Amino acid sequence: MVKLEPTTPLQGATPVEVGAMVVHEVVGLGPITSVAPYPGRQKAVSDLLKKAHGITFPEPNKFVPGKKASCLWFGREMALLIGEKPDPALAKEAALTDQSDAWAVLSFRGEGIEDALARLAPIDTRLARFPVNSTARTEFAHMMSSITRISETEFRLMIFRAFARTALHEITDAMEGVAALG
Amino acid sequence: MRLEGAGLIDRSRRIGFSYDGRRYLGYAGDTLASALLANDIKVVARSFKYHRPRGIFSAGSEEPNALVTLGRGPGQEPNARATMVELAEGLEAHSQNCWPSVDFDLMSVNDLFAPFLGAGFYYKTFMWPKAFWEKIYEPVIRRAAGLGALSPEAARHKYDKAYAFCDLLIIGSGPAGLMAALTAAETGADVILADEDTRVGGRLNAERDEVEDQQGSLWAEMLFKRLSEMSNVRVMTRTAVVGAYDQGTYGALERVAPEVAVRSGAPKATFWRIVAKRSVLAAGAIERPIAFPNNDRPGIMMAGALRAYVNRWRVCPGQRVAVFANSDAGHRTVADLQAAGVHVAALIDARPEAECTLGLPFYPGAQVSNAEGRRALEAITIEQDGETEKIQTDCLAISGGWNPSVHLSCHMGGRPVWDERIAAFVPVEGAIPGMTVAGAAKGIFSTAGCLQSGVEAAQAVLGDLGFKHAKVKLPKAEDGAYEITPLWSVPGKGRAWLDFQNDVTVKDVKQAATENFRSVEHMKRYTTQGMAPDQGKNSNIAALAVLADATGQGIPETGTTTYRPPFIPVPIAALGAGGQGKSFAPERFTTSHDRTIALGAPMIEAGLWYRPSYFPQAGESHWRQSCDREVRMVRETVGICDVSTLGKIDVQGPDAGAFLDFVYTGMMSTLQEGRVKYGLMLREDGHVMDDGTCARLGPEHFLVTTTTAAAGQVMRHLDFVQQAFCAKMAVRFTSVTEQWAQFAVAGPKSRVLLEDLLDQKLGDDDWPFMACGDMTIGDVNARLFRISFSGELAYELAVPARYGSALFDVLLSRAEALEGGPYGMEALNVMRIEKGFITHAEIHGRVTAFDIGMQGMMSRKKDFIGKTMATRPGLMDEAREQMVGLKPIGTVKQLISGAHLFNPDAEVQSEHDQGYITSVGFSPELGHMIGLGFLKHGRARHGEQVRMVEHLNGVSTLCEVVDPIQFDITGGRMRG
Repeated sequence: MVKLEPTTPLQGATPVEVGAMVVHEVVGLGPITSVAPYPGRQKAVSDLLKKAHGITFPEPNKFVPGKKASCLWFGREMALLIGEKPDPALAKEAALTDQSDAWAVLSFRGEGIEDALARLAPIDTRLARFPVNSTARTEFAHMMSSITRISETEFRLMIFRAFARTALHEITDAMEGVAALG
Repeated sequence: MRLEGAGLIDRSRRIGFSYDGRRYLGYAGDTLASALLANDIKVVARSFKYHRPRGIFSAGSEEPNALVTLGRGPGQEPNARATMVELAEGLEAHSQNCWPSVDFDLMSVNDLFAPFLGAGFYYKTFMWPKAFWEKIYEPVIRRAAGLGALSPEAARHKYDKAYAFCDLLIIGSGPAGLMAALTAAETGADVILADEDTRVGGRLNAERDEVEDQQGSLWAEMLFKRLSEMSNVRVMTRTAVVGAYDQGTYGALERVAPEVAVRSGAPKATFWRIVAKRSVLAAGAIERPIAFPNNDRPGIMMAGALRAYVNRWRVCPGQRVAVFANSDAGHRTVADLQAAGVHVAALIDARPEAECTLGLPFYPGAQVSNAEGRRALEAITIEQDGETEKIQTDCLAISGGWNPSVHLSCHMGGRPVWDERIAAFVPVEGAIPGMTVAGAAKGIFSTAGCLQSGVEAAQAVLGDLGFKHAKVKLPKAEDGAYEITPLWSVPGKGRAWLDFQNDVTVKDVKQAATENFRSVEHMKRYTTQGMAPDQGKNSNIAALAVLADATGQGIPETGTTTYRPPFIPVPIAALGAGGQGKSFAPERFTTSHDRTIALGAPMIEAGLWYRPSYFPQAGESHWRQSCDREVRMVRETVGICDVSTLGKIDVQGPDAGAFLDFVYTGMMSTLQEGRVKYGLMLREDGHVMDDGTCARLGPEHFLVTTTTAAAGQVMRHLDFVQQAFCAKMAVRFTSVTEQWAQFAVAGPKSRVLLEDLLDQKLGDDDWPFMACGDMTIGDVNARLFRISFSGELAYELAVPARYGSALFDVLLSRAEALEGGPYGMEALNVMRIEKGFITHAEIHGRVTAFDIGMQGMMSRKKDFIGKTMATRPGLMDEAREQMVGLKPIGTVKQLISGAHLFNPDAEVQSEHDQGYITSVGFSPELGHMIGLGFLKHGRARHGEQVRMVEHLNGVSTLCEVVDPIQFDITGGRMRG
């Protein structure tokens, strides 16, 4: 019997700390499934999500956290169900696709991290404009990404798994620049 | 000469710097310009065309003369304005556009030929012979005229780019900008206050004016501290807003303070993209010169600049100063000089009615008509009531009035309007959506007026944005009137400079008008006035006034030329920040990347992906040896290749089949579950977009694969088709390229390897060609596809990406046990050419399904994207270039892709072109090179001979036209 050992996108390369800023790879989020409701079925999907997972289908640019599962808006008519395998009943109303391994997930936090982010992503991260549980699909250093504000001081970046090392390189470089500016 | 008194320099901190190799000292707070003046350096540059000696002329970013090169070698910075360069320990500056030195410049011989070098001289002079232009004239002119040079070596400095967002962007931090910022900040709005200077205050730092009963600069500093402490305000000094763009986006260049820029990891400058709901342009005004003969002598400078040097930096460039103005600016300048203890030799006021109470030789209604002294001003000639008088002076301050800095208001096509009251152009409200203009930029020239204007501008904007009204107390300040009599140029013998940077004189502008270049835009191009870095800061208004006079039109009718971004020069390195080295492009790595590198495989880029070319083994010194071995290995045993980079798109929904029928040429809705079909997608214009496989994983579940190169394009295409044509279909798709690591297991022993690994029977009956389905490897879910790009018995095995690295290791060790191993792109390419399989070398964008022999795949039973266009007669014409195989049959055995095909006896000329080669490789099985290409009437010409001609290498090869499939023509090895 063959036993395949899993590796994470940034296996051992994090945390990276620069000044007060810290980047680390987020692992153990559990299953990640894209949920794409069929035309006109978003409410039905949201109701099923509520019933089975205790969360609703997110509005655009919103993250809906929950106790076991959370739901992240992920672009036009799509969300990611994170933390639990989707209830099979959802399959009638939405396309469900396993994406657990497709995305590298990084956490950015610490004083100055917004300035570092401002060098890589063209989004407005002011707290009033991008409050906790806001999310955006946007460019991150020429790569398509998903950026979410998890708390007032922490952001979560999701990037194609194959880009993980570039993303880490870019954020490290940006953090060093910001730290040097003082 | 340094004066007594505090100014805004820190005399406790001396700073050493070098200029043209000599060491000098200055103080913290100095600019390079103020430090050079303090060291009595008069000549700092040679002019662009005539190489005339030039001195420092201004104290701001409008400086036309004092352009220097900072540093030497990689990253040296040419054309830095000495007036904007902060003095820093170890600063190394060099003069430019001179040889051997700025004091003795051999190219100043140009000045003697000035009568022949006027505006447009090269259009007239260097017409003949034609061939000389590129080879002789232009190189010589380029060498003789110009600015500084970049180093040919790559710069090591880091530049940054960044984004910022705010409710209100205030451009300029003079009295108007500061009050606008304070007013806005008090309401809680997010404010960015940007100023290109190192400190806020604008003209308050250069004048002796008081605000709220204290020195203006101190008041500005107090406000700076107050604003800096507010969390909703970002004060960005050293930041020039350089352009206004659509939807409230502004470009800004922030210079990092020199002591910070030297820290490890710190950038030299940051290019900002600032998105603001509203903006206030409070960029102030630029003082304008008066043209008179020889007004470019070193020692002649703007009066406002001289006041700045005296008041702020405590420097005076002369010991006997004269002042020439057409407004009260002259009197103000004299008063400041006298207060600083500088001897003022004369005040020449062009206004006949002017009076003076300052106690010095005063010349009302007079003009300066000449200046003497080559490397330094020695004397000026004054004309008054028909009399001339020559006086000795080593510094002349001039002021022709002020031009509001309208530049940014014009970046979206707006034109400023003439204001007779101040004899200047002012911005039009609304020229930039969301921008309000305040202070001197609007033509308000008293301090009190500017303070009030700033408050009013902010209040108007904030009301618009829905913020509450903020009550702000207006500080007390000077409120003098601005009385000016326009004076643009003084007549007289000798050249009178309008544009110092581009060496344009009054005569040049008049000449342009004489030669019928009467539109201001034509005059600009003919004379080069106001071009390049200057962007009309110094000379525009005076030049168009001279033009207006010459053409008999009024100034408002003549109008201005176009002010274009950037307001100040922006290094390309800043615009392209982050585009160097590793950051040039993202690197996309497969899960087998580390092992592949460890095996010594050279990588090639496929899009952003990195893939192995080949896996060298001991004793192999040439890639062909490795490639040939890998091909034989796959043909004889088993090879492993990471194919994760191919695009994978998961398509689901009740209408998934119907949707795929519409995007593929073939019918996918009838595909059996557990089966794979080869598919072709066309663009709307009927040409081939991409090819790949489509697997049916369930009743409403398909997996589409694309080529590596076109994965993004196909995804975008599917999105477009779905949104534009099939919005009501119950179908959804998403990329799963990253979710699955997928490996080709190819070769006669692939079945043995996989049966053992998967513990499954994989015979032709159990798992036939083009079968697919779920598998498990231990407790890991996997997918198996029996598809082949090599022409061998082959499978592709996919696992969730977290297991990719481990699976690659397992597959390699099992393959090696069967005398197989990994293979790279080179071997993959050879095998697919042997089999006549296409890649984007063939489907390069202008071939049709007919051209590649796949017209039979275009279903007649249904409609699909591109069908109508693809079936037009012109795209199904037998005379088209059709895909063929090629093999060499003469003594020359080389085939080269990109080479063209001719009939063997035809003359090698483009009109006889018969086609071209797209892919070549050496087939170890066949023992010669093979190729794929496109040939007119190709399919009907199998067995004929054509000649391949490749001009770059001078290769000519006689070839036989063959079927594109040259190996295992019946496909028995692949199908079983």
